[in-house]
Amino acid sequence: MSQKKRLAKGGRINRGKAIKVMFDGRSYQGFEGDTLASILLANDVSLVGRSFKYHRPRGVFSAGVEEPNAMVHLREAGRHEPNVRATLAEAYDGLISSPQNAWPSLKADIGALNQVLAPFFSAGFYYKTFMGPGSGTRFWMMCEHFIRKAAGMGRAGDQEDPDHYEKINVHCDILIIGAGAAGLAAALAAGRSGLSVLLVEQDRELGGGLLDRPAGEDSDSWLQETVDQVRAMETVKILTRTTAFGAYDGDVYGLVERVWDHAAEAPEYQVRQRYWQVRTKQAILATGLIERPLVFGGNDKPGVMLSGAVRSYLNRYGVLPGQHVIVSTTNNSAYDTASELAAAGARVILCDVRKAVPVKLSERVAASGVQLMTGHAVLEAKGFGKVTSALITPVDETGRATGLAEQIPCDLIAVSAGFAPVLHLWSQRAGKPDYDSEKGCFVPKADSIPSMTCVGGMIGNGSIKTSVTDGFKAGLAAAEACGAGIEGEAPDISFAGTDWTEMSSQIWSITKENGKASGKAFIDLQHDVTRSDIDLAHREGFVSVEHLKRYTTTGMATDQGKLSNLSALARMAELRSLAIPEVGTTTFRPPYTPISIGSVVGHDYGSHFRATRYSPIHDWHPENGAEMIEAGAWMRPWYYGASGKNLRDAYISEADHVRHHVGMVDVSTLGKIAVQGPDAAEFLNRVYVNGWKTLQPGRIRYGVMLREDGFVLDDGTTARLGEHDYFMTTTTSNAAKVLAFMEHLLQTAWQDLKVHVTSVTDQWAAIAVAGPQSRTLLQAAVTGADLSADSLPNNHLVSAEIDGIPVRIHRMSYSGELAYEVYTPSGYGYALWSQLTDVGKAYNLRPYGTEAMGALRIEKGHVAGPELDGRTTLKDLALGGFASSKKPFVGSVLKNREKLEDPARPSLVGLEFSGENRALSGALLYSQGAQTEGHGEGHVTSTTYSPALGKNIALALLAGGADRLGDTVQVVDFVGDTRCTATVVSTHFFDPEGDRQNA
Amino acid sequence: MIRINCPVCGLRDETEFTYGGDANVKRPAMDEKDPKVWMDYVFNRSNPRGDHQEYWHHTQGCRQWVILERNTLDHTVGQCRLAKEVK
Repeated sequence: MSQKKRLAKGGRINRGKAIKVMFDGRSYQGFEGDTLASILLANDVSLVGRSFKYHRPRGVFSAGVEEPNAMVHLREAGRHEPNVRATLAEAYDGLISSPQNAWPSLKADIGALNQVLAPFFSAGFYYKTFMGPGSGTRFWMMCEHFIRKAAGMGRAGDQEDPDHYEKINVHCDILIIGAGAAGLAAALAAGRSGLSVLLVEQDRELGGGLLDRPAGEDSDSWLQETVDQVRAMETVKILTRTTAFGAYDGDVYGLVERVWDHAAEAPEYQVRQRYWQVRTKQAILATGLIERPLVFGGNDKPGVMLSGAVRSYLNRYGVLPGQHVIVSTTNNSAYDTASELAAAGARVILCDVRKAVPVKLSERVAASGVQLMTGHAVLEAKGFGKVTSALITPVDETGRATGLAEQIPCDLIAVSAGFAPVLHLWSQRAGKPDYDSEKGCFVPKADSIPSMTCVGGMIGNGSIKTSVTDGFKAGLAAAEACGAGIEGEAPDISFAGTDWTEMSSQIWSITKENGKASGKAFIDLQHDVTRSDIDLAHREGFVSVEHLKRYTTTGMATDQGKLSNLSALARMAELRSLAIPEVGTTTFRPPYTPISIGSVVGHDYGSHFRATRYSPIHDWHPENGAEMIEAGAWMRPWYYGASGKNLRDAYISEADHVRHHVGMVDVSTLGKIAVQGPDAAEFLNRVYVNGWKTLQPGRIRYGVMLREDGFVLDDGTTARLGEHDYFMTTTTSNAAKVLAFMEHLLQTAWQDLKVHVTSVTDQWAAIAVAGPQSRTLLQAAVTGADLSADSLPNNHLVSAEIDGIPVRIHRMSYSGELAYEVYTPSGYGYALWSQLTDVGKAYNLRPYGTEAMGALRIEKGHVAGPELDGRTTLKDLALGGFASSKKPFVGSVLKNREKLEDPARPSLVGLEFSGENRALSGALLYSQGAQTEGHGEGHVTSTTYSPALGKNIALALLAGGADRLGDTVQVVDFVGDTRCTATVVSTHFFDPEGDRQNA
Repeated sequence: MIRINCPVCGLRDETEFTYGGDANVKRPAMDEKDPKVWMDYVFNRSNPRGDHQEYWHHTQGCRQWVILERNTLDHTVGQCRLAKEVK
C-alpha cells in the first residue's frame, strides 16, 4: 500500500500536490514539502543504506543535518551526487536516488559478511594489519584497492557537472544565523534599527524547532506573525536553504545557498548553488541543538531513531514511523514525542532512566495513554534487518541494568540522551568551549568574541521563552554595537515548550549489570565505531581525544561526529575516571556540514582559473601559425609551424635563421619598471651589484640584483632615458617580485630617497630584432634615426618613428647577434610588428619563438630562470666580475658568507654531448667512474641543440665546475632512466669574443 | 580571513595583501659591514606570541607597504599605518 505510514491528516506538507520519487529502482509517492527521508518512512522503507565498515543494515535515524545512516546517491550522470543525506534532500517529482555502499544490492549485500568478521575489524585494524614491521606497506598496497571498494561511502561522479555555481561577496551590519525562535526574535529587533540584516536559515522554511511542533498550535500563529513582520522589513534579507558553514577572522562568514537543489535541474540562466562570502559587523548565532542518541546494543538497527526526529516526521510530515513505539529517554524532551505519538494512534511505552520525573510531565503522558516506566531504559534493540522488539531493563543512576530485562515487541525505538548545542561556528573562532555539568553539554564561553553573540538552544538554554527574550535582546545589542541603538520589548509568547534541561540525567549509555553493552553498541554510526572500540583504544594506551579520534576514526566521517563526539568523550572519561571536560574536546573546523566543491569553485575553473596575460601583439602569433606556450601567466609564441614540422625542427631552423639572416621575437612580456626621481641613480647603485652613477642618458647597462641574503635575485638591463628617468627591465617571471622588493626598500628603509618605481610592463610592447641583417632592416624601416655602428653603438638607445609609429630603439643583444629591442606604446604593438613583417620581407625576416630564443642564449652562455633559481650566487654563475668593490649594495655583505665562498659549490659550466647524446633539464651529474647514487655533483639547468655548433649542448651547475673544464661527466636522468656522458666546457659556446653583437 | 584597514584604500580583505614579515627589524645602514648585523636583519626574528607589528604589502591595491598590528594568537588586528610614514 502506498504511503501506509502517512497519517490521514496533519503535517506541513502540501497534500494537494502528490509527487513521485525513485529509490533503489522503485517508485514511491509523497507530497510537496517532503524530504526523501520522509517519503521513504511514509512508504515503510526501513532499509536505506549499508554501514561503512560492517555493511550493517541502516535506516533513517534523524530528520536533519546530523543524519549518519540514510546517505544516498542523488540524481544521475553529470548531476550525480554522492553522500546526500536523505533527511536534507528536498523531494521533487521525478527525483532519482539510489543506495550506496551496497553490492550487488541493498538487500543482499555481500559486504555484510564483514559483520561475521567484525572481531577483526576493531579499532586500529588497518594500522595493525597493514602498516609497520612484519606486513609492511607492500601488503597494504596489494589490498588497498579491494578495501577501498568495500569500505566507503558514495561513489563520486565521473562526468562533468553541467550546472553553474557562483560566488557572491556581501557586506552587512548584522548577520543572524538560524531562524528558529531565537533567531527570528533577534531579526525582529535588529530589523527595526534600519541596519542591513542578513538572516540565514539552512532549512527551506523559517521556524527551526517550531516546525516540529504540531501544526495549528499557538506557536504556529506566533511564527507566522513574526515571519510576516520580519519579511516586511526592507533592510532584512532572508536566505533560506543556506548553510553558514564557516566563521572566520575579521567577522567573515562562508555560506552556501542551495538555490536549485530542490529541483532536478536549475532553470536556464540560474545557478544550482551560490557561495556567499559575508563580511559583517555583528553576528548573532542561534544555531540550536542536535539531539544525542542513547548508546545501547543494536542501537543502529533500522527502527531506532532520535526522539526529536520521530516528532518531526509526525508533526511536520504527517508520518507515523511506528505503531508500537518504545521511547527511551534521559530527559524531558521525549515526553512531547511520547504523548503526540499516542495522540496519533500509536501504542507508546516511555522508559525514563530517571526514577523521579516532573509531575506535570508524568500526568501529561498518563493522560495521553502512554505507559511510563521510570527508572527503565532500552538495553538492546532486537530484530533481524530491523527492530522487532526491545529488551527493557531497570537501571541505576549510571545506566547499568539492575534487574532482569523484559523483551517487549515494538517497531520503533525513539531515543534521547539530551542535546548537544550546535557551537561549531562559535568554536571555529573562539576555540574550546565550556562544559556545563548540570546539563551535560559543551556550551560557548560567554562574551568570548565581542562581535559574536550566541543565543537560544546553542547556549544550553531549554526554555523557549528565554530564547525569544535573549534573541530579541541580542538583536537590540547588535544594533547598539553598530551605532544604531533602539528600544523595544521582547515579544510575549503565549506558548511554552518542554524544558529538556530541567532535572535531566547524565546517563548516555545503557549496559548490562557487568557494565558491558548487550550486543554491538554503536557510538559513531557512520564510521561504525562501537563502544568496545573506545574501550580497546583505551586498553592500548590511547589517552588524548585527538589520538582516540584518529585511531578509532570516531567523529571522522562526513557528519564529523555530530552525534558521536560526546558519547566517545563520555566513554573515555569513564574509562579514565575523569570528568568529561578533563578529557577535552576535539577542535571544530569549517565546514559545519559538507559543501560541494562546485560551490567553492564557482566559475573559477578551466581558463577562468586565473587571469591569462597576453602581449599586445598576441593575436598575430596564432594567426600566423605559432604554437603558444604558457610562461607564468603569459601566453608566448613557442615556435612557428612554418619553421618546421615539430618543435625540434622548428626551433633549430629559427635559431639558425637568426644567426644567418634576421629574426624577430615578441618580448613584450619582459618586466618593465619606470624608475624616476632625482635619486634614481643612487637607488640603482644600491639595488644592482654594479655601478650606475656614471651611466649617461641614452645609454643602457646590464645589471644583476641580489636578495638581502646575498643570493642572485634577477638580472636585466636598465636604460637611462633622461636625467631622472630610468627604464628597467626584469625577467618575465621575476617582474612582480623585483617591483615589490624595490617598493619595500623605498618605503621602509630608504624613505629619504626621492625615487618612484612604477610597473610599466603593460604600457610597452617590445620586439627584439636580431641577426646580421637586423641593422639593414631597421634602417630601412625607421625615419629620424641613424642606426649605423658609429651613431648607435651597442648599449645605446635612440628614439625614432617607424611608419609614423613612435619607437625607442635599444641596441642590445641577448642572442649574441647584432640586435635591437624596439619599444613602442602597447597600442601600437600589433601595427609595429605588422609593419616590420612587411618591411622584413625583403630581408628574409622570420619570426622566432621562445624555444629558439632559449637556444640562442644557451649558445651564448647567458643565464635565465633555470639558473636564477634562488639558490645561486654571483660566483656560482660566474657573474662575480660585475660586482663593484667600491660601493655597498643589497646583499653585498652576506654574499661573502663562508659557505657561499666555498669553491666546491656547484658553479655554472657548459656541457657538450657527442652524437645523439643529450640531457634533459634536471638530470644529475656524476664524475666519471663514480657511483651514480644520491644527489650527484650538480645538475643540468638548460639544454638545447646548437645549430651553430652542430651538437647538443647544455648549461649545468657542477661542483667545483670552474676547475673542471675538459673533464668528462656522467649525466643521469633518473626520471626517464637515461644515461650518457658529456664534456665540461666553457659556457661561452659561440662567439666568445662577442664580435658579432658589436658589429 | 583578517581584514586590513589600509590607510589609503580603507578596509580590505587580507587576500589583496602580501605578508611581509616582522616590521620591528630595522634595515642596517648601507655602509654597515658587520655580517652579524646583517644576519640578524635577514634571519633572526622574535616570533612573539601575542601582539606583533608586521609588514603587509597592498599588492592588489595602492602598492603601499603598511605596518599592521596583529595578535598572533587570535588574529585580532589593531592599528594600520603606512610604512613610509613610520620613521
